[in-house]
Amino acid sequence: MKAILPQARLKARSPELGLRATSFAFILVMVVIPMAVILQDGFKEGAAEFWRQVTLPVAAHAIILTLWTSALMTVINAVMGLLTAFVLVRYAFPGKAILNAIVDLPLAIPTLVTGVMLVILYGPQQALGLFLNQELGFQVIFAPPGIVLALLFITFPFVVRTIQPVLLDLDQQQEHAAATLGARRWTIFRRIIFPALALPTFSGSLLSFARAVGEFGAVVIVAGNIPFKSQTAAVYVLGAVESENRLAASAISIILIAISLAVILFTNYLLGRRRGPV
Amino acid sequence: MTTQRIVLPRKGYRGWGPRLLILAVFLYVGVLVLAPITALVNDALQKGLPAFQTALNTPQFWQSFALSLEIALGVVAIQAILGSITAWVIVRHSFPGKSIFNAVIDIPFAISPVVVGYMLLLAFGRNGFLNPLLAVFDFQVAFALPGIFLATLFVSLPFMIREMIPVIQNLDRAQELAASTLGAGRWTTFWRVIFPGLRTALLYGVALTMARAMGEFGAVLVIGGGVQGRTATTTMYIFHALEERQYVEAYTAAIVLGIGSVLIVSLADLIRHRTQH
Repeated sequence: MKAILPQARLKARSPELGLRATSFAFILVMVVIPMAVILQDGFKEGAAEFWRQVTLPVAAHAIILTLWTSALMTVINAVMGLLTAFVLVRYAFPGKAILNAIVDLPLAIPTLVTGVMLVILYGPQQALGLFLNQELGFQVIFAPPGIVLALLFITFPFVVRTIQPVLLDLDQQQEHAAATLGARRWTIFRRIIFPALALPTFSGSLLSFARAVGEFGAVVIVAGNIPFKSQTAAVYVLGAVESENRLAASAISIILIAISLAVILFTNYLLGRRRGPV
Repeated sequence: MTTQRIVLPRKGYRGWGPRLLILAVFLYVGVLVLAPITALVNDALQKGLPAFQTALNTPQFWQSFALSLEIALGVVAIQAILGSITAWVIVRHSFPGKSIFNAVIDIPFAISPVVVGYMLLLAFGRNGFLNPLLAVFDFQVAFALPGIFLATLFVSLPFMIREMIPVIQNLDRAQELAASTLGAGRWTTFWRVIFPGLRTALLYGVALTMARAMGEFGAVLVIGGGVQGRTATTTMYIFHALEERQYVEAYTAAIVLGIGSVLIVSLADLIRHRTQH
């Protein structure tokens, strides 16, 4: 996405204005209005009531669980995504085309199906799940490790695919120069390659974090709905909706929206400083 | 997020460092992505082909599959038109607040599907603020098809737009100017000059939107309520089958849905790869 945006001054051409109005209306009706509705609903009883709902022990636990599992996933994803992109761009090896295709698989597989797959692999009745649980005392399903695994699966392509194009465009002359001047491979990576990849790695990771905080389909299958143990914020909202606890549902929804919104605006700001809007 | 095909240069390597890195990546991808997929397929095969066939012959499954397909096709049609227009406006127009407009488009990508369903419930539900209006026309949105449709439309919003933006940016405007200099009208210019350049991206956007729409679960669960046969999509069928411990049915449906989604995206990927070479 390095193309320079043609900043055409729009002349008063009616079809083009029609297009603009159409797209504005589309985004307004689809995204802006529903968010405004939920914001209004969450603060209807006042900020104190909103805060009481958020700080209820069950709700607070769900939010904190969501945040730390997402954060742990983001760190692992940043490291492994960077490594995967680097290996895919810089090395030739058998099975490379297949590896490159596999990276896209999580984008196509519905998250509910991801959850089902993980339960089959690590579930308490399965061989591997039984082994991990009884021999190592490590519970995956209906526990936080399952949540982290599900989030890693779903967001794996994000970091890889943000870094890959940047790495492909990277000028290798600097690296050759550094090598000529006697720099070792690790030094070259640390001083030349990594600074160029820091921004895409960071923005890709932030995007995967935003996506993970709201994830539901895979998490509800893998983690179940155990309060104070494996209940994430999104699953808590579902429970609140089902029991018609409107105040709780709206309050936690607002927290989830605020996190996503903050992360997305921050990412756009970071990228925007580098390359202008779009 | 770019999903454009990336051309991979071939380079050699020396020493053990690179070998270890490659091995680490293969191990990671194997454990994280391939192992769960293999587990699902293996489990379904273990139960044997007859069980698989019985599960596939359930009318509820095909009902839910037809419903998902119907909704996805409708959503894709709307995204293809309105999404392309939005991408066009973002690239070619300049207006105040454009960077915010551009950021707003990414919101559905990050918002929890449960929250999406809940937002629609607040607007269209029994106590929803639009309910009086709906009552006048005797039109039900929540716990009915229109609600599921709106939810799916919301969650799949960014895919088409993000796919189209880089392609519209790379269009050669000289050709458009040449066409209009030669006397082509706007409509002719669009069909003969602009559209051919967008076709492949449009196809890929359709595939991604389709896969996302077929697989949507959280938002549909909240707004649809899962009335058997009427508002049960494939994902809800799987969820209910799991809850009722009908594992063969659930896993079989999951495999069909998973393979279907992967096929749609791979097919579009293949076509895009062809047209680029």
